[in-house]
Amino acid sequence: MSWFERIFRRGRLDEDLAEELRGHIEERTEQIMRLENLSRPEARQAALRAFGNPTLVQTRSREVWEWSRLEAFLNDLKLIGRRLSKSPGFAVTVLLTLSIGIGANTAVFSVVESVLLRPLPYPQSDRLVTLSLQAPGAAGLMSFRDGLLLSPSMFLTFAEHNRTFQSLGVWHASTANLTGIGQPEEVHVITVSSGLLEALAVPAFAGRWLNAEDQTPHGSNGVVIGYGFWQRQFGGQRSVIGQTIRLDTQSWQIVGIMPRGFKVVDSEFDVLRPAPAAFDPHHQIMEGFAWNGVGRLKNGVTIGRADADISSLIPVWMDSWSDGPGSNSHFFETWRITAALKPLKQQVIGGIGNVLWLVMGTIGVVMLIVCTNVANLLLVRADSRQQELAVRAALGAGRGRIARELIFESLVLGAIGGAAGIAVAYGALQLLSAIGPSNLPRLSEISLSFESLCFTAGLAIFSGLFFGSIVSLKFSRIVPGAALRGSSRTASAGRDRHRSQNVLVVSQVAMALVLLVCAGLMMRSFAALLSTQPGFSDPKHLQTMQVAILPSIASGPVSVTHMQNEIADKLAHLPGVSSVGYAADVPMDGLEPNWNSILVKGRDSWDAKSTVPMRLFNYTSPNYFHTMGSRLIAGREFTWDDVYGQRPVVILSENLARELFGSAQAAIGKQITYFQQMPWHPVIGVVEDARHNGVDAPAPAIVYWPTMMPNLYGPEPLDAVRGVTFVVRSQRAGSESLTQEMQQAVWQINGELPVSGLRTMQEIDSKSLARTSFTLTMLGIAAGLALALGIIGIYGVISYSVSQRTREMGIRIALGAQKGKLRWIFVRSALTLAGVGVVIGLSAAAVVAQLMRALLFGVRPLDPLSFATMALVLVAAAALASYLPASRIFAINPADVLKAE
Amino acid sequence: MENEKDISRDLFPGALEMMILESLRRQPAHGYALVQHIQQRSKNLLQVEEGSLYPALQRLLKAKMVKAEWTISSSTNRRVRMYQITKAGLQHLEREISSFDRMLEGIQMVLGPARRATNS
Repeated sequence: MSWFERIFRRGRLDEDLAEELRGHIEERTEQIMRLENLSRPEARQAALRAFGNPTLVQTRSREVWEWSRLEAFLNDLKLIGRRLSKSPGFAVTVLLTLSIGIGANTAVFSVVESVLLRPLPYPQSDRLVTLSLQAPGAAGLMSFRDGLLLSPSMFLTFAEHNRTFQSLGVWHASTANLTGIGQPEEVHVITVSSGLLEALAVPAFAGRWLNAEDQTPHGSNGVVIGYGFWQRQFGGQRSVIGQTIRLDTQSWQIVGIMPRGFKVVDSEFDVLRPAPAAFDPHHQIMEGFAWNGVGRLKNGVTIGRADADISSLIPVWMDSWSDGPGSNSHFFETWRITAALKPLKQQVIGGIGNVLWLVMGTIGVVMLIVCTNVANLLLVRADSRQQELAVRAALGAGRGRIARELIFESLVLGAIGGAAGIAVAYGALQLLSAIGPSNLPRLSEISLSFESLCFTAGLAIFSGLFFGSIVSLKFSRIVPGAALRGSSRTASAGRDRHRSQNVLVVSQVAMALVLLVCAGLMMRSFAALLSTQPGFSDPKHLQTMQVAILPSIASGPVSVTHMQNEIADKLAHLPGVSSVGYAADVPMDGLEPNWNSILVKGRDSWDAKSTVPMRLFNYTSPNYFHTMGSRLIAGREFTWDDVYGQRPVVILSENLARELFGSAQAAIGKQITYFQQMPWHPVIGVVEDARHNGVDAPAPAIVYWPTMMPNLYGPEPLDAVRGVTFVVRSQRAGSESLTQEMQQAVWQINGELPVSGLRTMQEIDSKSLARTSFTLTMLGIAAGLALALGIIGIYGVISYSVSQRTREMGIRIALGAQKGKLRWIFVRSALTLAGVGVVIGLSAAAVVAQLMRALLFGVRPLDPLSFATMALVLVAAAALASYLPASRIFAINPADVLKAE
Repeated sequence: MENEKDISRDLFPGALEMMILESLRRQPAHGYALVQHIQQRSKNLLQVEEGSLYPALQRLLKAKMVKAEWTISSSTNRRVRMYQITKAGLQHLEREISSFDRMLEGIQMVLGPARRATNS
């Protein structure tokens, strides 16, 4: 028989076999009739006994020809399809839960994979490290997110003397005013040292990198532009290379274009520019700790070795440079600077790793609940199929065959669920990038990758095997006789069957509770964050706008201040604006703040300068605190008379005033300063604490100076902050019309002024809540799903057991039992299950809560309120989920039941 | 029934096929006749479940060691499927028998003359 016949003549083969077997049995029957003189039925019985099970024989014979199980596979598939289409309710429920479960898991895994697992998009990115430093001796500096940044002189030392790096460089992100092409526009500029592009090692898309020539003073003034900027500004024209652009006041020539998606660590940019002046070895001081360092390790060098290498170069740095005659560069020994290198990836991922793993864990638990739920549904359904299976076993279906079929059916369900899950995951990822949570790094890299699809496939198979094996373990052991008898009217379902369903429900409740408690803790954290005083009020009605005044527009500090004053006045006259102020930084804006240590008159001597802690410096205009809605605890704000009269005045934050002088009142009139040539500044006001680094970080001690004040370094005796953020209090904040009017107001004063950062304080504020709200949202979704699945599970079990015990209940009612009491039997059994689940869940939640400690704010991991509330919610849900189906016994008519008897 | 199963399980794999081939070498036969033949020749010592013959026949068919043809039986006037050994079947049978003989010899040598003496 050819392969062709094997496929297409299957029918004939079966007929042949059947006829052959029939003939055999006939012949035997006739022989027995002849020899033993029996009647035909008796003889046939004997013939069959000698022959064995004809169906089994036929199956075995057919199996000889089956094409490596493909046939069986297709047959099973056909059967499953038929069976599923016969109970669409079951099929839809199972497939829907599965696809949501698998989809959610795939989506979260894709995020985890793209953000945490996938290497950064640089060649051999595992060799890239971030060159951060620790300086425990520089107290205030420790609040910096990334430890101590590098100064140009440090970079020069490290670049020249290190023995562990293939190349290293530093960078610094800022903005510049692009002129000469259309409207003046603010562009994102990253200033890079030599060595940085070499370390990242991504070749230019067109043209070339910046080279050593570009980095020398009076060099070629070359800049490299980013892909997005190239597309946006130049429409992707290659001829742009060689073209000249103006940034601020300087002309640059475009020498190269970086490829699409290239970022410097985690920063997008429009222009990469060299900084010949900043790194000129002939004009260096110790300070200027503003540069992020990135290095590429030599092949085979560990981070530990590189760490030791860089640490050993700190004394070299102190020997090599100085702040000028009379200064002592070994003063920095008191800062106890050491290297704290980290893999670059860790730097990019930041604190989001914890959150993502937590979300992955919770969504995995949801998947387990989904699986137990599906197992439960399958168990219930298999129960109703029990008779069918028993009959088949009695008719000679092999046990393996039945088990295989049950598992196979589960696998098919898993596979369909997985396929639908991919669609769900795709949708979820689209949604995610549309929302674009600001705290999620590498958002643009998130995709449904090959790895994610493998994960989905694995998950689908795993879940199919998981619930398939539970079901087949229960049912492949069917003893035909017992099962057939068990289906008779007098026996209830076996205790055994109930037990496995109960175990599933208990574990569902326990897992759901864990998720609910986690979500509860996050909710409490979020509430605590919302109720935290950020240091300003009603952020919805505060509009911010950044304006930088370049020396080409206003040269001296006084004219800068006049211009800022003018802008503030113009803004104040816009309709609906009630108050205007400005400051160098507004809280949580993410701009790099200024830090220095201050001295108190009559207490600290100049020698103490290096030992007193660093404080955050901010520079504010008159009326700034009033506009922000920050409470003045004592004293008053700056006035324009203070500013123009150049009076030495300073304002402190409440926590700093308390720390230095005991109370806000006591601080008024005390005098401070921070460099020797500067006159003592009396404290004229104390303002409430501002959560400068985000609502979830403690409020730093802040010194507020006027925006125009004595100059520490430059030749001019006076200095003014050129880049400030205006804040406008108005009911119209956030509206397009207001922001346009504000820009127009600025441009009426000078059309060249770059304007940016038009946001409301609400947006800035919610950005700092982003991590918590993201975690809360994800956990909320997971916990909601878990609760819903748990309720479905309990509902299903109770409803099933009601239907199984209808006869019993009918008899009890006929004998005079009260229906209310009978209902209580069911509700009680559900509550018992839920109770056991809650006890297990509470202890598991206590462990999990400890793990998520880092994500909590203002709430203890073992917060009794969250634990108790969620346990109650779950028990109440269980009561409801059992009460409804249990109420069905009221519909039982004992007469009907007894008639059926 | 349980008993028979035990015996048939004791047959080593391929034994049934070997006996079928040997019977067919003597003369072509249909399934029922094959069972009769094997039972008679073994003096009913090997009571194989009759049905188990058919999967074995299908295996031989698939391996092209036998061929089958529907004919009318001369004795019963029934339509039966006659099996006939092929050349490949013959060769296979020769090989199997000689390796079976060697195996039997080996087993007897291990069991030893003493053991055979007590048995006989």
